[in-house]
Amino acid sequence: MAPPLLEIDRLTVRLPAGRAARPILDGVSLSVAPGETVGLVGESGSGKSVACRSILGLLPQGARTEGEVRVRGADVLTRDRAALRRLRSRQVAMVFQDPRAAVNPLHRIGDFLTEGLRAAGTPAERATARATELLEAVGIQDPRAALRRHPHEFSGGMLQRVVIAAALAGEPELLIADEPTTALDVTTQAEVIAVLTRLQAERGTGLLFVTHDLELAAAVCDRIHVMYAGRIVETRATDDLFAHPRHPYTAGLLACTPRIDPHAPPPRPVPGRPLSLAEAPPGCAFAPRCAFAEPRCSAEPPELRPHGDGLAACLRADEGILP
Amino acid sequence: MDSTRLEPAGPESTGLESTGLVVKGLRKSYGGRTVVDGVSFALPRGGSLGIVGESGCGKTTTARMLVGLERPDGGTVHLDGADRSARPRARAERLARARGIQLVFQDPYLSLDPRIPVGACVEEVLRLHFALDPAARRHRVADLLDQVGLGEREAAALPRALSGGQRQRVAIARALAAEPKVLILDEAVAALDVSIQAQILDLLGAIRRESGVAFLFVSHDLAVVRHLTDEVAVLRGGRVVETGPTVRVLGEPQHPYTRLLLDSVPRRGWDPGRIAEGRRALARAESP
Repeated sequence: MAPPLLEIDRLTVRLPAGRAARPILDGVSLSVAPGETVGLVGESGSGKSVACRSILGLLPQGARTEGEVRVRGADVLTRDRAALRRLRSRQVAMVFQDPRAAVNPLHRIGDFLTEGLRAAGTPAERATARATELLEAVGIQDPRAALRRHPHEFSGGMLQRVVIAAALAGEPELLIADEPTTALDVTTQAEVIAVLTRLQAERGTGLLFVTHDLELAAAVCDRIHVMYAGRIVETRATDDLFAHPRHPYTAGLLACTPRIDPHAPPPRPVPGRPLSLAEAPPGCAFAPRCAFAEPRCSAEPPELRPHGDGLAACLRADEGILP
Repeated sequence: MDSTRLEPAGPESTGLESTGLVVKGLRKSYGGRTVVDGVSFALPRGGSLGIVGESGCGKTTTARMLVGLERPDGGTVHLDGADRSARPRARAERLARARGIQLVFQDPYLSLDPRIPVGACVEEVLRLHFALDPAARRHRVADLLDQVGLGEREAAALPRALSGGQRQRVAIARALAAEPKVLILDEAVAALDVSIQAQILDLLGAIRRESGVAFLFVSHDLAVVRHLTDEVAVLRGGRVVETGPTVRVLGEPQHPYTRLLLDSVPRRGWDPGRIAEGRRALARAESP
């Protein structure tokens, strides 16, 4: 059997001593198959951005790692610079949250779109033709004229389409989207997501979709990983996750998200606050906020184990504590 | 509609609508671009009105004009019958206006002075508006912080030692210190993590029930607006395109833009392709 497109295998990332009391990623495992859309959901500081950047070999300065990040079976973390450059230009592309921070404001959109292709040896004329095609695919009108424009001449939503076009230029097998629509208006968000999911389906690209918005993840993803304090606490197919969450944190996130449907109950807050990097409790990181915590929860860290058709890291996941 | 009755300049109007916040024909342009174009709405005492729309619709400019951070080019603002449209003449009048309407900004990292402990920041407002002796003032600061779920330890802290949610609680306590009639919340929960956002929404609900302050909730998030407001006004291009009870507007939207906004809220089984189509149809309908 061919190795899966992406496998993160028990990845632990530690910052240099004194900067954090606990690992910023702690034994994270996930995989993405070709054509699959996988969600990584968590609040700020949960480690979701660190996890997705590690796939490109981008790690915080001085970080120490354990475990592996494999793309098509080959570990990313041990690659040299040349191999990393090949990975980033050919296999894996990333779309960041703020399109204005992702493009050089002094350069024309055409240069931004072709520089990767040119660096990979594509002749100038072919690169320009390809850039025009890509802009057309993401729904930019008059792509030839757009190539000569500068970033400030585009709205946020249009610029994010350009960034998506650039990410797709190298025909990557895997696309990582880190909060790609958080900076956009709701109607623009819908259009950008439509472009992203259509192209992904057409090309069979694997998509790792990182967001803090559980409803957005539900709208886009086949499977969702929920992160809390550097660990994956639950993994499940989207419908199952929404219907039968097994981890109290997932249930808490679902209950505290305001919903638009007319019969949805008011959002119910999760008490307390997320764990800071200075705190390293011996047991479950969510125990201090959990309504179902028992003394053993604060003493013993829960393993991520099969519960139902997914995985959950809760000592009480089998006791039917959640409805 | 009878516009002569809607925008009267004479004193007879103040008797008709003497309670709550009444905004009529508010207008503001920057360099020939009209960002707020004849916005009118009413917020009754103790009521809760949502102003929703996307970036550039004029919602923040409207909020800033209501508190006096921007001067309107036209239109009137009355609070409990008192006209706030003209430039305030003296310090006493400026203070009285500031007390009437308070504003909580989106970013709790930018809206607090980084050098002042948060307890002192709330106390400053009390010193401006009330003649209390130091002991009574300290007592009131503790009460206000307690109301938003903060204790003595937080009161002595500088803003940087607090989390985003705690800072937003401070900003709310500071606004409430003036005992305003209207609290404007401009995207006040947008920057917070969802579990913290729900805590602040809960807190705001309790404050409204207990203090009777009216909320003007400026937001792009329809789901949040649904849970926190009685009435809603949908803004697009500086104009109110639809207004009414929140339940009715979100349940049976009349204007195509309101429908588009509702369709755009992500959820399971959501079809973003259809939204893109709706958006193009709206653009076609609006082009002359």
